Amino acid sequence: MAALGAATGGGSWFSALALGVTLLKCLLIPTYRSTDFEVHRNWLAITHSLPISQWYYEATSEWTLDYPPFFAWFEYALSHVARYFDQEMLNVRNLNYSSSRTLLFQRFSVIFTDTLFVYAVHECCKCIDGKKAGKELTEKPKFILSVLLLWNFGLLIVDHIHFQYNGFLSGLMLLSIARLFQKRHMEGAFLFAVLLHFKHIYLYVAPAYGVYLLRSYCFTANKPDGSIRWNSFSFLRLISLGLIVFLVSALSLGPFLALNQLPQVFSRLFPFKRGLCHAYWAPNFWALYSALDKVLSIIGLELKLLDPSKIPRASMTSGLVQQFQHTVLPSVTPLATLICTLIAILPSIFCLWFKPQGPRGFLRCLILCALSSFMFGWHVHEKAILLAVLPMSLLSVGKAGDASIFLILTTTGHYSLFPLLFTAPELPIKILLMLLFTIYSISSLKTLFRLLSFFLQKRKTSF
Amino acid sequence: MEKCYLMTAVVLLGLTVRWTVSLNSYSGAGKPPMFGDYEAQRHWQEITINLPIKQWYFNGSDNNLQYWGLDYPPLTAYHSLLCAYVAKFINPDWIALHTSRGYESQAHKLFMRATVLIADLLIYIPAVVLYCSCLKEISTKKKIANALCILLYPGLILIDYGHFQYNSVSLGFALWGVLGVSYDWDLLGSLAFCLAINYKQMELYHSLPFFCFLLGKCFKKGLKGKGLVLLIKLACTVVASFILCWLPFFTEREQTLQVLRRLFPVDRGLFEDKVANIWCTFSVFLKIRDILPHHIQIMISFCFTFLSLLPACIKLTLHPSPKGFKFTLVSCALSFFLFSFQVHEKSILLVSLPVCLVLREIPFMSTWFLLVSTFSMLPLLLKDELLMPSVVTVMAFFIACATSFSIFEKTSEEDLQLKSFSISVRKYFPCFTFLPRIIQHLFLISVITMVLLTLMAVTLDPPQKLPDLFSVLVCFVSCLNFLFFLVYFNIIIMWDSKNGRNQKKIN
Repeated sequence: MAALGAATGGGSWFSALALGVTLLKCLLIPTYRSTDFEVHRNWLAITHSLPISQWYYEATSEWTLDYPPFFAWFEYALSHVARYFDQEMLNVRNLNYSSSRTLLFQRFSVIFTDTLFVYAVHECCKCIDGKKAGKELTEKPKFILSVLLLWNFGLLIVDHIHFQYNGFLSGLMLLSIARLFQKRHMEGAFLFAVLLHFKHIYLYVAPAYGVYLLRSYCFTANKPDGSIRWNSFSFLRLISLGLIVFLVSALSLGPFLALNQLPQVFSRLFPFKRGLCHAYWAPNFWALYSALDKVLSIIGLELKLLDPSKIPRASMTSGLVQQFQHTVLPSVTPLATLICTLIAILPSIFCLWFKPQGPRGFLRCLILCALSSFMFGWHVHEKAILLAVLPMSLLSVGKAGDASIFLILTTTGHYSLFPLLFTAPELPIKILLMLLFTIYSISSLKTLFRLLSFFLQKRKTSF
Repeated sequence: MEKCYLMTAVVLLGLTVRWTVSLNSYSGAGKPPMFGDYEAQRHWQEITINLPIKQWYFNGSDNNLQYWGLDYPPLTAYHSLLCAYVAKFINPDWIALHTSRGYESQAHKLFMRATVLIADLLIYIPAVVLYCSCLKEISTKKKIANALCILLYPGLILIDYGHFQYNSVSLGFALWGVLGVSYDWDLLGSLAFCLAINYKQMELYHSLPFFCFLLGKCFKKGLKGKGLVLLIKLACTVVASFILCWLPFFTEREQTLQVLRRLFPVDRGLFEDKVANIWCTFSVFLKIRDILPHHIQIMISFCFTFLSLLPACIKLTLHPSPKGFKFTLVSCALSFFLFSFQVHEKSILLVSLPVCLVLREIPFMSTWFLLVSTFSMLPLLLKDELLMPSVVTVMAFFIACATSFSIFEKTSEEDLQLKSFSISVRKYFPCFTFLPRIIQHLFLISVITMVLLTLMAVTLDPPQKLPDLFSVLVCFVSCLNFLFFLVYFNIIIMWDSKNGRNQKKIN
């Protein structure tokens, strides 16, 4: 009994939070699931029943494999466990197969792989300095950060209702960030390289990693005024980083290079035929652009400036994934979006190079890269906002200014995810969870910084 | 201000858990011809909106009492009527006379679940929040943790949002009653409790403690002055509220009698189905239901019930206190549950509510009791295919209590409120120091047994000769636990005054 007492007392609040959210995830098992559920079932089937040479060619189902090879291996590993739940789900021809055991297996696989995310959050909490805050547990930055990450609304509804595997992928990203904070640069680089080969969407933040590692790791020292000291360049470090990236990529793409399938793999990974905007518009710049185009074309039609016969019938709002031409404003090409994105991330990259501020500066640059790519990228999903929200949580418990930006970002970002769940039974869930997360984040951050300013004032007056 | 936000967060979490549980199956889903409690509630909406009041409780061509006839007091009927008006507005097919029997659809399920949530949100949850906010001598954090634990109690969530019932309405009214009476708003408290009784007659389990407590208060104020005034006012409130609720049924004697016959089916027998009370457990060894004549069964049950609750009630009348009141609620309800006739397994919720209220005073024992109470309903939950939500909510509740109250560190004599009892026993047996350790061991045995039985019930098939083996085992184990708790709570009540008296002597 004393052992149980010790286990449930003391520093076990983290376990309680992690267990609590895991139980909530279990309660979400019978909720609505999107086509992503079938996507992943299909990938289990493909990787289990077909040889590697067929993985990126298989097209029985419309949901073809379009993630990098490590994810395919991950599905392969899962499929071996899936065998014991329901053999039928591993048949490529069983389209839309969703027996109760399949559902249970898939949902539990997401919940189980979230363990990596929990571990990453634990590591991130170690990077937070919480000595200045109050004595009360619920007012400590570590506690607040743990809740903001573990109970993140976006992650909960995207992973455990809509169905995806962002939990452990975000865990990998947060872990690599934590390693960079802990000055374990090689591990951080390795983890990010692995992450890239799990889901290539993380290319959005690759520039931040590249520039930071080059500037703050390969150049081992700075001049007193903070600018670059060219003669401190360490070839060894550069080579070792390059080696890590090379080896990881070789492990991932090697087999497909040997099979001469690289072009096919890349065409699957980067399907530029898909169109500027995703089926449901991600709230980015191009959505505004398309809306403006639509408004102008309607005005043009009304004012008889445009010829109705020349306007294409299909609409960008119809929910279809296809290429589209704008009517009034110039059409946007993938190259144009790339240029816009590069322009947008340039200021933060410059700052990271010329005025490095350590891991915190890197984190800011990472968030800005994620946001810029979200705003100007080609075929962005609204779920990509999570790439910016989760790292921002780390900054939010540090400074009051960051906290207010975080609150705006997270509230609007989470609200923009609402269209993902459009069924009636899930309506109360998304509203309740959104309210819960928003109310908690606002009140806890407000209290934290009220306390911090109080303590700082106390120190000032005591001198 | 901060307390406001955290309490809101706790309420939102409670609501989320409730709604996610409601996504699962309900009682009698897809099981014609009788279906289950869900269909019963839908049927009552059909009856109340389509038939005149005079026919609600009577057998007729339009109202077949054999098919889920109304057997709750008028307030349930009025509530069903209200829901039926909303249903009519949305989709009249849901409550069309005769043709809507066994109606099942996703939209209808959403509607029914929403009615439960709204009733809960309006009555039960505010009562819990107010109760926890008004607790004295504890920090804000503990108040909020208390609210979290009460709102996460699995039994009520699983029955109301899984099986499908409206217990939160009657329990909510009863809680308002407790609040009113504990904080000297006696008239409002008794009004609320009358509403509770008029919603579900099982609330009569709580009526004796209310009566004794209020009577005790009147005595204390002096029967010659203020006490008598209070007594008269209370009597008037009770009578007025009953008349108000039963008004349409007081017009004819036959109406009133028929309603009473539906509420108290004395013809039915000592118990039905498997329930964790004494009679069902005893009948495993000796079939008293078949041996003894009907009126003897009722007499025996009456005697046992009243003998077991008399000491606590007398004590409450002589020394009325809010703390004693809460504990007496527990022991009375438990006595009724164990010894009364025609008890359903869901009636354990009537005991669970008062136990939730004493969670702060004896966190360890309360958590233990609430776990057993949920376990005792296992056969019902398995029948409704609610295994996953049951396991998850029980674990969530356990974690919430364990972290909020550090229950495993509070197992000393003092924490278990057994200090005065132990001191008294030690006068005769000086070596009686091992009580906490015994209780800890009993807890471990109890939990292990419950886990094992759950695993067995889920994975194994019962032998052909004993198809109800697991249900009976569950009832047996739960009954033993409940008997232990009956003794425990009575000890706390009886020895509490001695402690108080000794304190007074010392002072």
